[in-house]
Amino acid sequence: MSSLIDYRTCPTTGLKVDRAAEKLIKANAVAAIVFLAIGGLFGLLVALTRWPAVHFLPADMFYLALTAHGLDVLLVWIIFFEMALLYFASAILLNSRLAGPKWAWTGFGLMLVGALITNVAVLQGKSSVMFTSYVPMMAEPPFYVGIILFAVGALIGCCVFFGTLVLAKREKTYEGSIPLVTFGALTAAIIAVFTLASGAIILIPTLLWSLGLVSHIDPLVYKTIWWAMGHSSQQINVSAHVAVWYAIAAMVFGAKPLSEKISRMAFLMYILFLQLASAHHLLVEPGMSSEWKIFNTSYAMYLAVLGSMIHGMSVPGAIEVAQRSRGLTKGMFEWLRKAPWGNPAFAGMFMSLVFFGFLGGISGVVMGTEQINLIMHNTLYVPGHFHATVVAGTTLAFMAITYILVPLIFRRELMMKKLAMWQPYVFGIGVAGISVFMMGAGTLGVSRRHWDMTFADAILPFDYPSAAFLMMGLNGIFAVMAAVGGLMYVVIVVGSVFFGKKLTDDEKPSYPEVPPESAAVSHYGSSESLKIPGTAFLVGIFFTAFVLYYFVNWKYLSEIWPLS
Amino acid sequence: MNENNIPDDAASSDSSDPEQIPLMQRILDNPFLLLVLGIAVPAVFYIIWGIIEITQIPIAD
Repeated sequence: MSSLIDYRTCPTTGLKVDRAAEKLIKANAVAAIVFLAIGGLFGLLVALTRWPAVHFLPADMFYLALTAHGLDVLLVWIIFFEMALLYFASAILLNSRLAGPKWAWTGFGLMLVGALITNVAVLQGKSSVMFTSYVPMMAEPPFYVGIILFAVGALIGCCVFFGTLVLAKREKTYEGSIPLVTFGALTAAIIAVFTLASGAIILIPTLLWSLGLVSHIDPLVYKTIWWAMGHSSQQINVSAHVAVWYAIAAMVFGAKPLSEKISRMAFLMYILFLQLASAHHLLVEPGMSSEWKIFNTSYAMYLAVLGSMIHGMSVPGAIEVAQRSRGLTKGMFEWLRKAPWGNPAFAGMFMSLVFFGFLGGISGVVMGTEQINLIMHNTLYVPGHFHATVVAGTTLAFMAITYILVPLIFRRELMMKKLAMWQPYVFGIGVAGISVFMMGAGTLGVSRRHWDMTFADAILPFDYPSAAFLMMGLNGIFAVMAAVGGLMYVVIVVGSVFFGKKLTDDEKPSYPEVPPESAAVSHYGSSESLKIPGTAFLVGIFFTAFVLYYFVNWKYLSEIWPLS
Repeated sequence: MNENNIPDDAASSDSSDPEQIPLMQRILDNPFLLLVLGIAVPAVFYIIWGIIEITQIPIAD
């Protein structure tokens, strides 16, 4: 059977590339970037409206833009790109053919049609229910139909991924265990199955309700099951972008993980516990017990956080070991100083790792603590947190690996190299600013999902401290910066894919540099070294920041709610 | 490329530094076992436990 499959051999990595998988990776990546551009534009409009001095959109258009922004970037961009990653991590990294390419195209078609239907429903203006679409707010039926079709398509994509794992094992295209990057993708696919099934369980009755066939949906049941989709979909991202970190470390440096066993156990922590963090959206619900809240968001979620901290040490540690083996051994940080900061794949990946850990990770633990959550529940702190995880973490990591995939998969030389060198910095710093200032405003009480923070037409007026207005102005400025960075990415990638110099099948791309050691990405193996003093120092800084910030928030809580 | 479609240079470096794959890891390399665990744990602790709590909320008169 495999002799009938059309393969080429990658001149850079030596991997066998199934052309059917390659076409699907291209299609999913292109669709992802189109929806990133659309969703990013809506995000800019939202930020300009939240900027008090600009206050760009009227209220109805603000909620429309907010709905479209959440849908297109939190769901559509991310999951299309994750489908591309699943096919890359299975068929390409395992040297295998893709199982059921026709099914994969069916899944892609359903996802595309679903995304278009929901977008049209939102743009028609009668489904401005935001991404969460909490009942009893009701959207038009096509809004739910589109999301359900999208979810079914993505589920088919996951099945193709699992099928490819089975096929690769049966046809012995790899030896021993699957590579760590594929294991990370497997983690993402497992979480995706739970996520998409949860979405179907709650959105199908909600569709029937919007059609008038079901009389009532309980809001708390809806909220509980919806968040099993809504928050877990962001856990697919975490698993996928951690796999991308390992992939970039291997492809840029030839780095092997410090310990395969420990990294795989960290992914296992994700499989078992990461999805339970969904409960933090229900921490102020009086109907749920403290036992349920604390078990899910504290005990269980902390085990998933432990997994993230292991990855957060393992990835830079692997890079440090690889750099030191090249002779960059002076002091604690020569390996980091002399890292390829002009390579957008590395720069994007490293910033993704730092911002995800310091901004998204720490704030996630703080927000998941039942008591401290009271300070920031449903404030702008929440979008501040997830812009650090999903945008500075996932989107930046996905952007970073695109710079490697365009030459290797699309077989085009990257265009506008100077612009590409700057892009991760402009986007990353912009998004980090958005995250920090939203969290700052949220700590001061500014509510999320609100068109007018001045409450100009409210019967009972409320004044936020002037610092909150400053925060929202700074948020607007950094949002413009992030939008410029996003536009740079779209221009570079679309320009390269359509107008970049074509590479022949045996021609190696000149930029960014991918060394022959990059083949490590498709193999099992650890560096088995713990000579990582620089990484250990950085981990020490992380823990210090973590402890300080955690206890500062308890102090805030004591000031808001004095007990003496 | 060798018969297992693994680049020769990488395969040779692996063979010079063989690594024992522990039993636990071989078990965890079973994607369908992981799939069952990844669905069952959140389904029980988050969804089912959560829905049981909601059903126990008294209905207002």
